[in-house]
Amino acid sequence: MPNTSELQNISSQVRRDIVRMVHAVQSGHPGGSLGCADYLTALYFKIMDIKPNAFTQEGLNEDVFFLSNGHISPVFYSVLARSGYFPVSELSTFRKLNSRLQGHPTTHEGLPGVRIATGSLGQGLSVACGMAEAKKLNGDDHIVYVTVGDGELQEGQNWEAIMYAGHRKLNNIIVAVDYNKQQIDGNVIDIMSFTELRKKFEAFSWQVLEMNGNDMQDILDTNAKAQSMRSEGKPIVILMRTEMGFGVDFMMGSHEWHGIAPNDEQLARALNQLPETLGDY
Amino acid sequence: MQALAILGNNDTRSGFGAGLLEAGQQDSRVVALCADLTGSLKMDAFKKSFPDRFFQMGIAEANMMGVAAGLATAGKIPFTGTFANFSTGRVYDQIRQSIAYSGKNVKICASHAGVTLGEDGATHQILEDIGLMKMLPGMVVINPCDFNQTKAATIAIAKYDGPCYLRFGRPKVPIFTAPDQEFIIGKAVTIYEGADVSIFCTGHLVWKSIQAAQALSEKGISAEVINIHTIKPLDEKAVLDSARKTRCVVTAEEHMYNGGLGDSISQLLSRNLPTPVEYVGVNDTFGESGTPDQLMAKYHLDVADVVAAAEKAISRKS
Repeated sequence: MPNTSELQNISSQVRRDIVRMVHAVQSGHPGGSLGCADYLTALYFKIMDIKPNAFTQEGLNEDVFFLSNGHISPVFYSVLARSGYFPVSELSTFRKLNSRLQGHPTTHEGLPGVRIATGSLGQGLSVACGMAEAKKLNGDDHIVYVTVGDGELQEGQNWEAIMYAGHRKLNNIIVAVDYNKQQIDGNVIDIMSFTELRKKFEAFSWQVLEMNGNDMQDILDTNAKAQSMRSEGKPIVILMRTEMGFGVDFMMGSHEWHGIAPNDEQLARALNQLPETLGDY
Repeated sequence: MQALAILGNNDTRSGFGAGLLEAGQQDSRVVALCADLTGSLKMDAFKKSFPDRFFQMGIAEANMMGVAAGLATAGKIPFTGTFANFSTGRVYDQIRQSIAYSGKNVKICASHAGVTLGEDGATHQILEDIGLMKMLPGMVVINPCDFNQTKAATIAIAKYDGPCYLRFGRPKVPIFTAPDQEFIIGKAVTIYEGADVSIFCTGHLVWKSIQAAQALSEKGISAEVINIHTIKPLDEKAVLDSARKTRCVVTAEEHMYNGGLGDSISQLLSRNLPTPVEYVGVNDTFGESGTPDQLMAKYHLDVADVVAAAEKAISRKS
């Protein structure tokens, strides 16, 4: 089991994968992918109890993860490959014709590690609730992890699911809101602000934690706390402050890099800031 | 022409409720979700027998479709229940992405389809649902004709691995198909063999078409009546064989022309066997409040409309 600094090394490689994948096809979403690289690395290499070499859709007797904000597929694909769901070399097919690595994640092409198609926003949390219900029916005490974007919370279906999970006391769900405060058209607070996110979740009978999603030790500590809170019998949400583009200085802190790719020179600058730790694909 | 025996009178939604209970007894993976319409969908018996496998979703259909997709991912066989309008148009993107594109084994069960919903009016009378669902790759679309067939279809889709749309209705209608019949998805059922015109019908229009065939018989016209309970996948052989024999076709459904059974049959015939087709259906208009019988008459979905369409189709034969 990797320690904190080893996890940081993995997330550096994940970030290299992200910028190289997006650069190679000159499309994709690097900003949110880089922001969530630490959390997904921690989930797949330390936190979750998973079986990468024996993937099943059902995920019985293991933890499962749903990426509701499917546009950050580069980070998802990188951690899946790096943790053993499919060959790392396949990352080179991202967004290309006949690839299993579609622009947004899908089960349609049979990519191991993916259990639902996402991309049209707002749907992942509902699916996670269904998986959580099935785990309870099956007497399986494993956890369903979900990430949703903060801008994504503007989609009303999320609030149906949040109401449902609270009502049903789904204490086997841990949601991380990627709270980077940016969306395509600018700052979330300017586009369609949702104030008092903590109070909103609490009003729907959720337990709320906050963490710095770009601090590996805080991620591990907060997750341990989340696990200990399951006995309260309520779903858990972590308001995960991240910085869009984290790890690449010129991409950080701006929505400009939500959905555009670096050019050759920008790729070189980015890779200079990200040590190669596991070998590039 | 032999009249069909009427075995009783009941609504197709009750057939769904009976089938759901039996499917639940046969397979513990079957679970049911309902968006605050348990009584209307006749899901009470399942709820009572399997309280831990019944999920009350509240008035939140988008979430219901997603939760169903999650349950299916985990290997359950979820049946969702609400009115046809809220089962399709309201949640189209949820079905498209989380169920159809994701290949989830979810059974979308839709009651109160068409104008026979009656007095609630056009807000609740969807006439576009078959089209919406059949456009989704991989989606099976079934519209059974009476209580017995709806029950059998419900049991059959539980055993089929893949997304299905099952459409049924509110009013009590005659029961004329066999109890405990075998329901084969995608296999049309010939009710009357005939020589002069083929009537391909689905749902509530099957009984109307049977009555129409009897009226046509009295005029010396021999109508073939084929119940297309599965609109997708369409039983292409049954349609082509019949059309080849009679050389003219009527389609009959409680649905828009656009996107309905008539559309599917016309597409098949135009590619393989160009044949005159007359449509009994609703032509690009919304419904309104009224009793089911009044609405079926006003919107030209009645026995007389099938008869007139058959006569016109025959007159167009080359």
